[in-house]
Amino acid sequence: MQLYIPMDQKNTTDIQEDIINEFEMYDDWMDKYNYIIELSRDMPVIDVKQKINANLINGCQSKVWLTAEYDNGKVVFYADSDAVITKGIITLLIRVLSKRTPDEILDTDLYFIDRIGLRQNLSPTRSNGLLAMVKQMRLYALAYKTKYGPKPVN
Amino acid sequence: MSFDIKKVRDDFPILQQRVYGKPLIYFDNGATTQKPLPVIEIVNTLHRQSNSSIHRGIHYLGEQVTEAYENARKTIQKFIHAAQPHEIIFSAGTTASINGLAFSLGERFVREGDEIIITEMEHHSNIVPWQMLCGRKNARLKVVPFDDNGVLQLEKLETMMNRKTRLIAVMHASNTLATINPVKDIVSLAHRHDIPVLVDGAQSVPHIPVDVQDMDCDFFVFSGHKVYGPTGTGVLYGKEKWLDMIPPFQGGGEMVDSVTFEKTTYNQLPYKFEAGTTNYIGAIGMAKAIEYLLSTGLRSIAVHEQNLLHYAVNKLDELGYITIYGRAPLKTSLVTFSISHIHPYDAGMVLDKMGIAIRTGTHCAQPVMQHYGIEGNIRASFAMYNTLDEIDSMIEGIKKVKLMF
Repeated sequence: MQLYIPMDQKNTTDIQEDIINEFEMYDDWMDKYNYIIELSRDMPVIDVKQKINANLINGCQSKVWLTAEYDNGKVVFYADSDAVITKGIITLLIRVLSKRTPDEILDTDLYFIDRIGLRQNLSPTRSNGLLAMVKQMRLYALAYKTKYGPKPVN
Repeated sequence: MSFDIKKVRDDFPILQQRVYGKPLIYFDNGATTQKPLPVIEIVNTLHRQSNSSIHRGIHYLGEQVTEAYENARKTIQKFIHAAQPHEIIFSAGTTASINGLAFSLGERFVREGDEIIITEMEHHSNIVPWQMLCGRKNARLKVVPFDDNGVLQLEKLETMMNRKTRLIAVMHASNTLATINPVKDIVSLAHRHDIPVLVDGAQSVPHIPVDVQDMDCDFFVFSGHKVYGPTGTGVLYGKEKWLDMIPPFQGGGEMVDSVTFEKTTYNQLPYKFEAGTTNYIGAIGMAKAIEYLLSTGLRSIAVHEQNLLHYAVNKLDELGYITIYGRAPLKTSLVTFSISHIHPYDAGMVLDKMGIAIRTGTHCAQPVMQHYGIEGNIRASFAMYNTLDEIDSMIEGIKKVKLMF
């Protein structure tokens, strides 16, 4: 089935390719991190009132809060973290996955993380909440899909 | 004995590598230490030449490895100055030792309304097993607080002890505050009330000489992997009279005398507490690590490590934006700290890319973090193979981190 993609929005693969290109400019890790720190400032920050335990994603090293809204068939994410690098990486995740249909979110393979060398930030051993965050984003997508998506015909 | 840092470093192959193109600086020794060649080699050789189940085979290999295993026990006995070799029980590590003891002691001595005393600075491994025991028996857990310098408030301990107290469990050295606790005084205080004491030596054994008879503690535990030995190894020391009184914590092979379906009688010490096929190669490797430690010289290692500690603390203090947690007068060679306005995780991520391995988070001691009202901090823990130059590199790294965020 062909998904309808509006002309003004790139698909998730295009955005992941953009991110990979942006990171290819830096061969030094310090520069990469400086870029991530810069990105952290662009985050669609969660409302302070939403920074509650119910929206907290459990992670041992840094705190991550995440909420989602369903707007006109698309899932919009808001997040925050107490660690800057975590925040920068979440900004990247949101850039790829926010304002997408539930199906787009569920079908996206987040390969850019590997390509820009941030795999360790998502590994379960780091348990910094990012892996849990991606899972939570997909759960939101699934929940909205179940609630608003086409119902199966008997 | 002079301390030859270059020779020591050459003995640890893992230290020779570069990470992200930078020389590896390993400051996570509080979590686990690296292994010297003699340990790596004996584990290898045993697997190649001598592997065979201990205490069972009547054949050549079985006898060889059994003898090595029992010699390892004697090495450990001498190392911590235990009165008898059979007071040394091999375990999978500090955590396994404490859990086993909590079960056995609890079965025999702890009843509803009884009390166990621990301290506010304990590692989760010396909190949770006692909490679980108290849950099973409807007993109470009491906690001796420490002051903001990281010193135990022993006058509080005095008021907590009573006829219901069944055990005091205390760490010898703190994995977050570095405090070396006055365990000998605690034991003597406890014994006046006939209360046994467990000392958790996980963070002391690699750094300071231990004499369990002089300390007079009733139980002492430590891990092999934190003292340059293989992972999955450790020790539960107990005075013979206590080990005789408490039941085994695991049932299985080796720990039995006779088994019928009606009744099982238990083997003598130490085998009563070593059910199943033990990690005998690990235990022999741990003894080899102890021999290495002793031949390098406990005293010269301690001098070197104290030098590292004081250098690091001074350099961190000089930066002016570092908070150090733990200012006890007697400390082992680790320091936990935070950088003003910077999340420990951010600092750790950047330092990692500079080849510097430090630990961030709560270090399995959340109550200590709660004491200071912080979510976590950064820990640099030093071992015999670390150098002042490495500390300089860490300080330079922290300066860079400070500029980045």
